[in-house]
Amino acid sequence: MILRLAFGSLIARSLTVCMTILAIALSVALFLGVEKVRTGAKASFADTISGTDLIVGARSGSVQLLLYSVFRIGNATNNMTWESYQDIADRPEVDWIVPISLGDSHRQFRVMGTTQAFFERYKYRSGQSLALRDGALMDDLFDTVIGADVAATLGYDIEDPIVVAHGLASFTEHEDQPFQVSGILEKTGTPVDRTVIVSLEAIEAIHVDWQSGAQIPGQSTPADVLRQMELQPQAITAALVGVKGRLQVFGLQRSINEYPQEPLLAILPGVALQELWQIVGIAETALIGVSAMVIITALIGMMATIFSSLNERRREMAIFRAMGARPRVILGLLVLEAVIMAALGAVLGLGLLYVGLFIGQPLIDSAFGLWLPIEPPSLRELWVLLGVVAAGAIVSMIPALRAYRMSLADGMMVRI
Amino acid sequence: MTPQPSTSAACSKPLSDTASVLQLDDVRYRWPGRASFGLHVPDLSLAQAETILLLGESGSGKSTLLSLICGTIIADTGRISVSGTDIAALSAGQRDRFRAEQIGLIFQQFNLLPFANVQDNILLPLKFAPERRNRVTDPNTQAAQLCNDLGLPTGVMSAKAGTLSVGQQQRVAAARALIGMPPLIIADEPTSSLDAATQATFLDLLFAQSRAHGTTVLMVSHDARLSDQFDRVIHMADVAQTVRDAA
Repeated sequence: MILRLAFGSLIARSLTVCMTILAIALSVALFLGVEKVRTGAKASFADTISGTDLIVGARSGSVQLLLYSVFRIGNATNNMTWESYQDIADRPEVDWIVPISLGDSHRQFRVMGTTQAFFERYKYRSGQSLALRDGALMDDLFDTVIGADVAATLGYDIEDPIVVAHGLASFTEHEDQPFQVSGILEKTGTPVDRTVIVSLEAIEAIHVDWQSGAQIPGQSTPADVLRQMELQPQAITAALVGVKGRLQVFGLQRSINEYPQEPLLAILPGVALQELWQIVGIAETALIGVSAMVIITALIGMMATIFSSLNERRREMAIFRAMGARPRVILGLLVLEAVIMAALGAVLGLGLLYVGLFIGQPLIDSAFGLWLPIEPPSLRELWVLLGVVAAGAIVSMIPALRAYRMSLADGMMVRI
Repeated sequence: MTPQPSTSAACSKPLSDTASVLQLDDVRYRWPGRASFGLHVPDLSLAQAETILLLGESGSGKSTLLSLICGTIIADTGRISVSGTDIAALSAGQRDRFRAEQIGLIFQQFNLLPFANVQDNILLPLKFAPERRNRVTDPNTQAAQLCNDLGLPTGVMSAKAGTLSVGQQQRVAAARALIGMPPLIIADEPTSSLDAATQATFLDLLFAQSRAHGTTVLMVSHDARLSDQFDRVIHMADVAQTVRDAA
């Protein structure tokens, strides 16, 4: 009955109570939403590359190597020679190896030279392979396969011509050797979406007439001649390596890092991703902090609502007192009321989150390549909800204690 | 919860005709922080099943006296016993429960929780008074019976208290005071918000019930016209002296 009376009292003040609940619900939905995006981003970050045991490149920092080889952010300070590549490829532990050559661009997108093996070996989202949405893999020297974002942004279709620019954000273009789109990949939510993929030989071919970063004046080898040439690259940017047995990873990593002919670096993608996430993690902590503040603000709003209701409810409290309720019953009633509001807010917030996810999931996936899974609330989320209710109870102690003192002083006589 | 020996004794002991339900001996009270106002009640005694009208002007200390009897404030000296129990001997929590067990209260107005239905309002004191609750075999039926006896329309039980007329609300308050038959009902100007005709009816209905259950009714008012309906009329000035020191 006391619970029914508490509900009745809340319903009698439904407008302010609903506003309070809504504020709590929105803040809870925001907090849980940020959590979802954070874990989703972390997962899709870690999902960027899988199935690759080692990434090898010229010696620099592990995060830097990861950034330019996988995320196409920043540049390699140095290349690794083709001889080193061959040496590693010949090692008995190596199951497969895929060379990557970066450095050129098309519009705002990076051009990556690689072999056909890339399409078999590159995996994302725990073992998913790249798939063609349209067309076929490179067949001719001047064929290219483009990522989904490249096709969407530039409006490219199969057989459209592409002119690759030398370097990044450069005005010098390899105009004499235009490429042709042979295939478009499915969207993956990884940097592959924003990559123009050509064959390793093509990268060599477009640089045949170039020296020290500039085209040799008047020299332009025709495409047919290039097709006949032996286009062995001198150097590549990095290589993705798969080993035969998991236990051999560390031995291979150590011997590559100690490779005497050239300073090289081999990294475990998972470890480097962790390192990188630790850097990004600061922003993540800030986000959580801000959304926690929003919850606290909503709870303080609730406290203010309870405070302002105390005066108009003096009579109600006096009636309870006259009927034999101890002051602590009054205190309990107010805390109970706050708990009800916070709990309703938390549950409504969870509901809002799911509604938001249902509406936003495809939009966020297509806009940011971020897949937010719709799952039953995790244990962590349930703890957050419980924490909101507990915090509501604690915060309401302040007005409740005031009501306690008021009802002690008023007794059952209130003159309004 | 183990019942307090003193309260349970007071409840279970059959009261003889001469036993007083309420007894005040040489009670003195001074409001804390207001040194200039105090109240002194040398002797006041109410017998069982009596209906008493306590007449007094505003400022004569009526409210203070009621607060003393209900145990929300404690006398500085002297003894107040309700049904034979010295209420000063009880702890604050025990006094709250004791009040719920022994005293039915009716105020001037705004007696009820407006958002709750009539039934919940009537049954509210039983929530805090387990012994009084045990005296009622079927609270819902009892509440409906009281409403009926007090002339409230049938079906009123599920109505929100806030939707009733003032006269109806006062009857619901009377039903709430009567339920579980506490030995003492204290009414603080319950009729002042009613018109003359309704006043008389209200008192008739209340007394019919209180006499049927042997309940003592102490009503406080400034309206001497009600005197005829009571067994005894006491003037505040005769039983209590307000003490006003020169400031």
